[in-house]
Formats: sequence, structure tokens, C-alpha cells
Amino acid sequence: MSMTIIEKILARGSGLEQVEAGDVVVCDVDMTVLIDLQFATMWAEPTRIADPERLAVVMDHAVPAPSVQDADGGVRARAFVRRFGIERFFDVGRHGICHQVVAENGLARPGEILTCTDSHTCAAGAYNTAARGLGPVEVYSIMCTGKTWFQVAPTIRYDLAGTKPEVVSGKDIFLHMAGTYGDATNHNIEFGGAGLASVPMNDRRTIATQGAEVSADFTTFPADELCLSFLKDHTGDRLEPVEADADAIYAARREIELSALEPWVARPGSVAENALPVSQVERRKVDQCFIGSCANGQLEDLRIAAAVLRGRRVAPGVRLIVTPASQAVYADAVRAGYVGALADAGAIVTNSTCGACFGYHMGLLGAGEVCITASTRNFKGRMGSPDAEIYMASPFTVAASAVAGEIVDPRELVA
Amino acid sequence: MTIELLEGSAWVFGDSIDTDNMYPGFAMKLSMEEAAKHVFYDLRPGWSEAVQPGDIVVAGRNFGIGSSRPVAQLFKQLGVVALVAEEFNSLFFRNSINFGLPAVTIPGVTATVGDGDRVRLDVSAASIERVADAQTLEGVKLPDFVLDIVGQGGLMAKLAGDGYLPAGVAGTPSRGGS
Ligand code: SF4
Repeated sequence: MSMTIIEKILARGSGLEQVEAGDVVVCDVDMTVLIDLQFATMWAEPTRIADPERLAVVMDHAVPAPSVQDADGGVRARAFVRRFGIERFFDVGRHGICHQVVAENGLARPGEILTCTDSHTCAAGAYNTAARGLGPVEVYSIMCTGKTWFQVAPTIRYDLAGTKPEVVSGKDIFLHMAGTYGDATNHNIEFGGAGLASVPMNDRRTIATQGAEVSADFTTFPADELCLSFLKDHTGDRLEPVEADADAIYAARREIELSALEPWVARPGSVAENALPVSQVERRKVDQCFIGSCANGQLEDLRIAAAVLRGRRVAPGVRLIVTPASQAVYADAVRAGYVGALADAGAIVTNSTCGACFGYHMGLLGAGEVCITASTRNFKGRMGSPDAEIYMASPFTVAASAVAGEIVDPRELVA
Repeated sequence: MTIELLEGSAWVFGDSIDTDNMYPGFAMKLSMEEAAKHVFYDLRPGWSEAVQPGDIVVAGRNFGIGSSRPVAQLFKQLGVVALVAEEFNSLFFRNSINFGLPAVTIPGVTATVGDGDRVRLDVSAASIERVADAQTLEGVKLPDFVLDIVGQGGLMAKLAGDGYLPAGVAGTPSRGGS
């Protein structure tokens, strides 16, 4: 046996003793998630599905419906759910961004395979799950047949050492990786090392989510104590974590000394080889700041934003949009007083949805505007006009920049 | 399954072309016909009018990084018959195959094939020939079952054949994710 985490999970899923990079395997899929957008255009109702117990439907990208097309998608989603008796239906009101809903409801379990159309499905890699986005047709097929195929990619291993400083978040760790090592196209990413114990679950989720931004296939973490205690609060008892073998074969092995990290920022367009420590980034004046998305709309992200904004104001001429990743996060943030603190400071706290992250139905950027975002993507045109510039950073850096009115090192603010 | 030899003009793009370049967020609100008009809207304005049925899109490394948006549908709408790249993002690759649009990895292709060159693409053999001087490059052969999906016109057609779709419904599911 010499397998990485992903190789072991895919071996388990395909009923094989051993799989290695280059193999093509056919796997049973443990959980598949359908999202609202899939129902909004050209949805064809299937004649039968593999297993309603292994299917979830989440209303997330465009809720409440911003167009008749999206509203009609909701009608179709509800009819589908009724017809096939799908219990895991997260309709508007118990909704959230699907990757957050997956985490909150224990749909991602260690050692299992989770699929969804959406590219950021890799988020569930934080829970020792083989999770990735496969596109609308593949996911439709999995819904019907319960199976899919994977070509097993080689794995890049990151060993985390040292202790993560408080001002450094998962976003910073990821931006450091992307800025330093570039993309990981057709590779998996695996994490390990003693430093992992200092990286909380929300930060792991951010990192796993962002794996898609370096074009990785799967991004996975081991199920250490922290992970297992998180999962105990969110899942049943069927936990069968998967560890990498000591002699697993990696395409590359890289170490990150966490204690040496500082906040990082990606410059507009991409993250790979395009991110720098905040101290080296130009202090651009910003028009919009966004904290949200499946990567950074978690409760901890809202807590950080509220902590920065409490007793301060969003700078004149700047919009700060904060979007909780789920209705549950929203409710928790209200109870914890984060929403009040943010609103008092002049931030806009929105309903949970993908929203500003993908330039679809709110919080869009106009030509010539500059945005700093804690969401997942800084592609040109991602959040509206292709003539807007999108920087990416942690919620801490984004919140501090909203107060300063320009991109700043958040450590200046607390000092 | 063998797929017929394709011949068309090549449109050559660079590295890490992302899905938002091909299927921008605002186009997700439009019909496929309308959305197709915005492929490469910023990178190469006017491209969707210049591209001809039978043409082939050629790109560099990490082609298609980004969303699960079904860009392949837009390419098909415009008559593009295949994608060739030095390297594909694996989600983008799978989307193309599943929509019945051949996607062939041919290292070195962007150094050999220039914008506007006539090329012949043998999908089954994973080879591309520059028509002007018959220079040929070999790429990575697709597994037989993948060729089979492409040959059948995509995965939905296969599912329809297996009885998962009501008779007469050849619809393709939606816009994927963000
Ligand atoms: S929050 Fe953004 S990246 Fe995440 S699923 Fe929604 S649109 Fe995609």
C-alpha cells in the first residue's frame, strides 16, 4: 500500500485494492448535490434516479429569484423534489451556498465521494472527502446512474509546519501557495503536517474551496482531531477517515512555515503567480469591498468583519457588501451581534446567496471600479464590468481596506 | 468508435483562458443563442461573428480554468467542432466531452498552429495536421469510453438511449455552476 488520501478514497469508491495516478476508475458516488441554476434552463425531468437518499437539492446561486427564468427553475426544482421524495432539499429559507450547506448538514463525510456541478465542490475536501465539481451533464448522469469516472491525477503534497499567526487566515495560506507555486492543473492537492493543528476548520474550508482557482482536481485534508470533532457536531456516526500512507507517491512535496506568513493579496485577473504579501501590493483606492461566497462567507469571516468594523465606519465612497454563506450563518451572525455592528458601520449585509461573487444578480462592478474581495475568483469581468479590477484577500484585509478606503495591511488597523 | 476527420480554420488563444472569458456571468441570463454572441467578448471582441461553422479553437495551458458553466454548448452553438489545447482544466474537459464537443490535448500545438491556419484534426488518433505543409503533431489519445461519449453526441444522448429521459426529450441540463 502506498496511496495518497485521494487514491485511497477512489480505491474505496471503485472497489479496487490499489489505484495510482493515471488510472481511470469508475466509482459509486455517495452524495450528489443539484443546484438551482440547473433547474433554471433546459431542465429535463429524468424518468428515474439512482437513489433519492444520495441526492440533495440546494437553492443557492440566485435566490430569492432575481428573474422569471430563475423563478421557473425554482418551480421545477420543487416539483422534482416532490416527485422523487428527496428529503435533503434546501429551499429558500433553509438555503445557503451549496458548499456551506454541504458542510453544515454533514453531507460531506470522510472517505466518501461527493459530486456537484459547481467548480467549488472541492470545498468539502476540508472534511477528508473526495469532492469536486463535474459539470451539469456529468452530475445529471450521476443522479441517474449513481456512478461516475475519474482519471486519477498525480498529487502535490503540502506539509504545514509551525503555528498559524492570528492575523493570517486560510485565504492568506492559499494565496501564498498560489502566488509562490502557481497552478496545479490536472493535479490533486493534499495537506498534512504538524502545523495543520493550528488551522481551524473554517480556514481549511477556504483553502479547499480555492483549490479550483489553481485548477486542481481534488483538494483534501486529513481527518485529524479538529476535523473529527467538527464532523461529530454535523454528521451521524458513520465516520471512516482516510489517511495517506507514509510511502505514498507525490508529484511534489512542499513545506509551508505558517509562522512566517503574513496577509497576502492577489492582483486582478488570477491568483496563480499573481499574489503577493500585502506589504508589497499597491495601495489602490477601492470602490467596493466584498466579504462572502462559499470560501469566505462563514460565521468566522463575519465575526472578523464585525470585529474590524465595530466602532469604525466604512470609508466615504466605499461600498462594503457582506453576504453570509447560508441562512444558518445569517441567523447566527444576527444573534451574535455581527450584523448589527456591520450595519452600524455602513456595511450592507445581504441575504445568503452567491450574489456579488459571480456578477449575476447583485453587487456588480462598473467600468473603472476597483474591488477587493474575499470571495473565490478575481477573473476579469467576474463581478461585472470587464473594465473593473478585482483584488482578492482575506476578510480581515478586505474589512480593513473598507475602513481605510484603500488596500491596506490589516495589521496597521489593529496596531 | 471512430469520429470523422475534422477540417477547419484554427483560432489560437493563450494560456489559462478562464470560463468567465467565454461565458460571462451576465450571459448566464440569456438564451444559448444570445449567450453565444459573448464568447471571448472581452478577449477578442467580435469573435463570435467571425468564427465559422467547422472551425476549431486552439488554446495553451490550463484551458478552461474556472466554472462548470457549459461553455461547450456556446461553442457548439457557434459551429465550433472541436477544442485542442496544450492542457485542459479537467472540469472544462469533462464538460466539453459530455456536451459532445471533442477536446484533444496536443502538447506543442500553439507553437505549430497559427491563428487562421487550416488544420485537420483526427480526434480518435489525437493528431492535428497543418494543411499548408502537412506538419503533424500527435497528442494524448482519449480513452475508448470517452470517444464513445463524444461519438454519441454527448452524455445526454447516451442517457436518453439508456432510458433515463422521457421519449423525445433530448434536452441538455442547464447552466452548471458559477
Ligand atoms: S459563492 Fe461564488 S464560487 Fe461559491 S458557489 Fe457561489 S458563485 Fe460559485
